[in-house]
Amino acid sequence: MTKLDEVLAATRSEGRAALVGYLPVGFPSREGCLRAVRTMVEAGCDIVEVGLPYTDPLMDGPVIQTAATQALEQGVHVSDVFAAVREVSDAGGAAVVMTYWNPVLRHGVREFAQDLAAAGGSGLITPDLVPDEGADWIEVADELGLAKIFLVAPSSTPARIAATTNVTSGFVYAASVMGVTGARTSVGEAAKGLVEKVRATTDLPVCVGLGVASGEQAREIGQYADGVIVGSALVKCLLDVDLDEGLERLAEKTRELAAGVRG
Amino acid sequence: MSEKQVRPSGEGLAPAGLGRFGAYGGRYVPEALVAALEELDEHRLAAMEDEAFTTELAELQRSYTGRPSILTEVPRFAEHCGGARIFLKREDLNHTGSHKINNVLGQTLLARRMGKTRVIAETGAGQHGVATATAAALMGLECVVYMGKVDTERQALNVARMQLLGAKVVPVEHGSQTLKDAVNEAFRDWVANVEHTHYVLGTVTGPYPFPEMVRDFHKVIGEEAREQILAETGRLPDAICACVGGGSNAMGIFHRFIGDEDVRLIGLEGGGEGVETGKHASRFTGEGSPGVLHGAYTYVIQDDEGQTVETHSVSAGLDYPSVGPEHSYLKDSGRAEYHPITDAEAMEAFKLLSQTEGILPAIESAHALAGAMKVGRELGPDGLVLVSLSGRGDKDVHTAGRWFGLIDEDEVVVAGDEEETQV
Repeated sequence: MTKLDEVLAATRSEGRAALVGYLPVGFPSREGCLRAVRTMVEAGCDIVEVGLPYTDPLMDGPVIQTAATQALEQGVHVSDVFAAVREVSDAGGAAVVMTYWNPVLRHGVREFAQDLAAAGGSGLITPDLVPDEGADWIEVADELGLAKIFLVAPSSTPARIAATTNVTSGFVYAASVMGVTGARTSVGEAAKGLVEKVRATTDLPVCVGLGVASGEQAREIGQYADGVIVGSALVKCLLDVDLDEGLERLAEKTRELAAGVRG
Repeated sequence: MSEKQVRPSGEGLAPAGLGRFGAYGGRYVPEALVAALEELDEHRLAAMEDEAFTTELAELQRSYTGRPSILTEVPRFAEHCGGARIFLKREDLNHTGSHKINNVLGQTLLARRMGKTRVIAETGAGQHGVATATAAALMGLECVVYMGKVDTERQALNVARMQLLGAKVVPVEHGSQTLKDAVNEAFRDWVANVEHTHYVLGTVTGPYPFPEMVRDFHKVIGEEAREQILAETGRLPDAICACVGGGSNAMGIFHRFIGDEDVRLIGLEGGGEGVETGKHASRFTGEGSPGVLHGAYTYVIQDDEGQTVETHSVSAGLDYPSVGPEHSYLKDSGRAEYHPITDAEAMEAFKLLSQTEGILPAIESAHALAGAMKVGRELGPDGLVLVSLSGRGDKDVHTAGRWFGLIDEDEVVVAGDEEETQV
């Protein structure tokens, strides 16, 4: 059982959704990122998605693209991901890594999984790796007991949802809308319907992401999902601001969202 | 594989090895796009079996594009190629000025068949964007073209052409601001608008079924050329030269010859300032290694941590860090060979063809011509070389004018260079 499984079991028994916060590593700086993930955990994030910045983030909107570019320009490395994962674990949160596939492939799928496990990480979210292409990763993850967090989308057919959840572990990542990452004023009805379709195929926790920006949205989604995933709204707190002020904003936004998932 | 494909089931996961050329290819995409890729695959396979569709496409190729494109022998140019006979397959004479229209007509017909009302495209040199804008106008589809900001500057004429054709051109200001970033932005648009939008991907890269589908829409180039050169010379060429950015004109002309084992298939990549300088776009001879970019497992110019490295080429159409997966397969299997051509070599060939034959080639195609000059010298007077003249050079007059100092008010702007344009 991973730390992720423990956290999701605990929030489920508390009768609330988990708050899952995303931050790309190396942003706003290599040092600042470590303070930021600790701030997120201390202010109420149950789970932190540590992002690995990538030159070609085709699932990301402008906010995360900007953060990733900033991190890359400052010379972020794959090893920084494992440092951030360790920081989240030390602060008492569950850590998963979210990354495009090529950096994992280049690092070596097995090596990446081993380094992640050694750092105390619980698993991997793979936005551009569908299970159809993920045989190597699935094999290694099963061997090491890491969570294989695949995505489902509003466009996924029931048969694909069933096939995907069948090889997923940890939680199912339900993309709330058809589109890239970025805050939206409304997440819409598609998310709720998608969660229902997922639940028809699996008992795994289902977390909803894409577009969530406010405590009110977190509350709404928390009523039907096991977790609420927030990325751009948190990243934005740290853009174009000095670190201390950014961390204050980040703590405040995290507290708002944490209150949201507690209804 | 490559001829016979296992169809995706449309349900559950795809069969193992879907869309693979050896180890290369596949479908590395967000789950949100899988349904659209399966819809596209089902429709294109059905369309290829549907006589109404194939007849309509063939008729457009004849009466709109101007196919078959002619074969031109270029004896004065050949004097600089060791005396080998050189024939050009004149895709530059197609409507819109390049081979790109072949694929675009096929895909926009498919878009209409799928009930899509909007098409989007990425473009580097602008030729694919112009072709897509043209077909969208012809078929009454809304059209948005994504183009790296650097490319909109070095291909300003094509931006205006697309706008005149009724398309919206969106300059992409992220990353290196060139073709790869335009592809990223097109994918982002597609994910959000997939219900009514078709992404007319312009080359043999991307997730399955694009590499195979785009090749199939271009294979007419090689089918025609094979018949034409047999009719003209009574034999098959010793070598075929084609430039390779993503590699669509090359796959189009190579495909029919793959079984002709004595015909050398030669792909010419953007060598930039020279592979040894690090400023190039040569996936096969530079730092390229197998990886995933834009939905396919293929050769990618990347660093030790899997980050894409910026490329450099005087040719916007070759300035791309990845390459079609079928080329990666042909490279590894040894069936095709790939060589870099420097900016200087390409521009020399550009000038030479212009001044010996009165044909202004696209700078992309000039790389193929430079390759033919080298292979012609290897072969000598008995040699016979077929060159894919994939596009015409009208769009490059400004770049070439600056290169040769005919227009001296500003510098040649190459993606990623520090020099500023002084207007």
